[in-house]
Amino acid sequence: MNCDEFVELVTAYLDGALEPAVEQRFAEHLTECDGCDRYLEQIRTTVAALGQLPEQGLAADARDRLLAAFRDWPAG
Amino acid sequence: MVETAPSDSALPGDVVIVARLRARDETMFAELIDAWSPGMLRAARAYVADEHSAHDVVQETWLGVLRGVDRFEARSSLRTWVYRILINKARTRGVRDARTVPVGDLGTTGDDHGPTVDPARFRGAGDPYPGHWHSSPPAWPSPEDGAVAAETRRELAAALAGLPARQRVVVTLRDVTGHSGDEVCELLSISAANQRVLLHRGRAALRAALERRWAEEARS
Ligand SMILES: [Zn+2]
Repeated sequence: MNCDEFVELVTAYLDGALEPAVEQRFAEHLTECDGCDRYLEQIRTTVAALGQLPEQGLAADARDRLLAAFRDWPAG
Repeated sequence: MVETAPSDSALPGDVVIVARLRARDETMFAELIDAWSPGMLRAARAYVADEHSAHDVVQETWLGVLRGVDRFEARSSLRTWVYRILINKARTRGVRDARTVPVGDLGTTGDDHGPTVDPARFRGAGDPYPGHWHSSPPAWPSPEDGAVAAETRRELAAALAGLPARQRVVVTLRDVTGHSGDEVCELLSISAANQRVLLHRGRAALRAALERRWAEEARS
């Protein structure tokens, strides 16, 4: 497998969606190519950092209004 | 792979949550709002023009949940059901804000084809190793460094906002809010193949943005 082919398969690889024969070639390339090893690692780092983005919640007054609406909501 | 957002782990299962909401257990509603709103704000932000609109959409979504929870039929997970309400409201609001939003069929376009890494990074046909890196991608600073992690998040948030709309939505739902590929296909009514193309292109563009960021840093 060439590196330019490898970089287009990383998402399918991470989702476990590669055909077994392709996955094997992918894994073999990974063991022998430092550039692609680093590329895959950087995609993993990117995905992990995206998972750490959410931080901001609702403002306290908006949260209070929702809880008040919930409190007053007629039972189903 | 992340199946659900980390904040979900503290919550009970859907059956318990729904029963407690139907019994008007305010603590449960508060827990749910606190656990899911941060991710929902990020997802809404993928559709609407500004933070203010995103907050409106999330509040409207929680009111929609309140309106619908007695009729919730558990055909999907509670979280997916909540996100379906969210996406409908965000899409409507995005149109009102005249934001470029993915509406209806998310077919791939010109943005979604061609190589995701600059072909100049690879050796050409005349080289003994055609298709291989000229030189490996440069190493990044350690994400364990707190300052690096903070800068990475800042850069990613900006780069995410600059992605084409369809990629932005798919990357947000997969990687920011932690939905599975199947859930994203269901939420957006797109095929598995389409979902993967959009995710792949979006991720590759974000990695490239980080690479540029760290290259700048190294030069300065
Ligand atoms: Zn390689």
